[in-house]
Amino acid sequence: MEYFDLGKISLLIGFLLIIIGFWGVLSQKNIIKIIIGFAILNTGINILMVSLGYIRGRTAPIIDSAVEQAENHNVLNSVVDPVPQALVLTAIVIGFGVTALLLAYAMKLFRAKRTLDINNFNDLKW
Amino acid sequence: MLRNLLIGLVLAGFVFIFYNLYITYEPKTELTGIAAHYAEKGAVEVGAANLVTAVVVTYRGFDTLGEITILFLTASIIAFFLKLSKVDEEKIIVHRGTSELLITASKILIPIIFLFGAYVFMNGHLTPGGGFQGGAIIASGVVLSILANPNRQINHNVIIWVESISGVSFVLIGVLGIFLAGGFLDNRILGLGEFGTLFSAGAIPIIYSFVGLKVGAEISNILNKYQKSQKES
Repeated sequence: MEYFDLGKISLLIGFLLIIIGFWGVLSQKNIIKIIIGFAILNTGINILMVSLGYIRGRTAPIIDSAVEQAENHNVLNSVVDPVPQALVLTAIVIGFGVTALLLAYAMKLFRAKRTLDINNFNDLKW
Repeated sequence: MLRNLLIGLVLAGFVFIFYNLYITYEPKTELTGIAAHYAEKGAVEVGAANLVTAVVVTYRGFDTLGEITILFLTASIIAFFLKLSKVDEEKIIVHRGTSELLITASKILIPIIFLFGAYVFMNGHLTPGGGFQGGAIIASGVVLSILANPNRQINHNVIIWVESISGVSFVLIGVLGIFLAGGFLDNRILGLGEFGTLFSAGAIPIIYSFVGLKVGAEISNILNKYQKSQKES
């Protein structure tokens, strides 16, 4: 039963997405695919952070009827950690900004050379 | 070949690190430290049912201010980066029309999407939601309207004014907190109200509405820049 814990499963998914994202960033040639790799990496890290705050058998950190129905009837003993979730909210917005900027750069790069293949952009290579 | 080998090595290193982290990871069993304080006192001190909102808007309100600053910075850099030359700016491109289905559906859906976005950011202190999510929903309505009518011009002045006014109001509410309550961005400048109702949690619904409007306007601004850059030759 230990391996089917929700926290562990989401941790595993987070690690998997991070590795897939790194693979995409490192191995793809197309700039758009590299950006998608960044987005996947970002999602993986977000899932990882949320799952670190998960506590088994507890509900979302919103004080409503679900908390009042909990057997011990105490906020402290019935909600998961709100701090990683608040951090991830920030991280998602930053991730959005990074993706938007990367796409703008990709557009400019395409206009400059009419290609999206990363191997053609070797002006800074020596 | 060497390249693939190096990529394989890097990924294998990550797999090794993550495997060790995974097998030694022990899930938490109780809240500790600052999280316990937020969970225990959050409802009394801030009055918000959604503890994440209490953390984002009040306890860590300064971070949120930095966050929308970053979003503003992104929008400005993109505006600077995709700036059109004078010749391109005056060019008029007529795009091919889209399908009748999309146009009709957008007429029905866009007001509902905007309404839902406003609902999400006004109820951020009660339900899972908030300014950033609501703003993103509003921007998705703008995306739909651009998709349905690619020739649509987004009114730039409206976006700039909404963004500026909501940003300034956010900071002003924060400064009011210094004089009327405990400190910068303290939400107790208004009464905490009855717990769990719309008009509760002091200034949080107002702050989050401004955040939602600002985020929606900024994302629409970025979309507008992307749309306009099609004119670039």
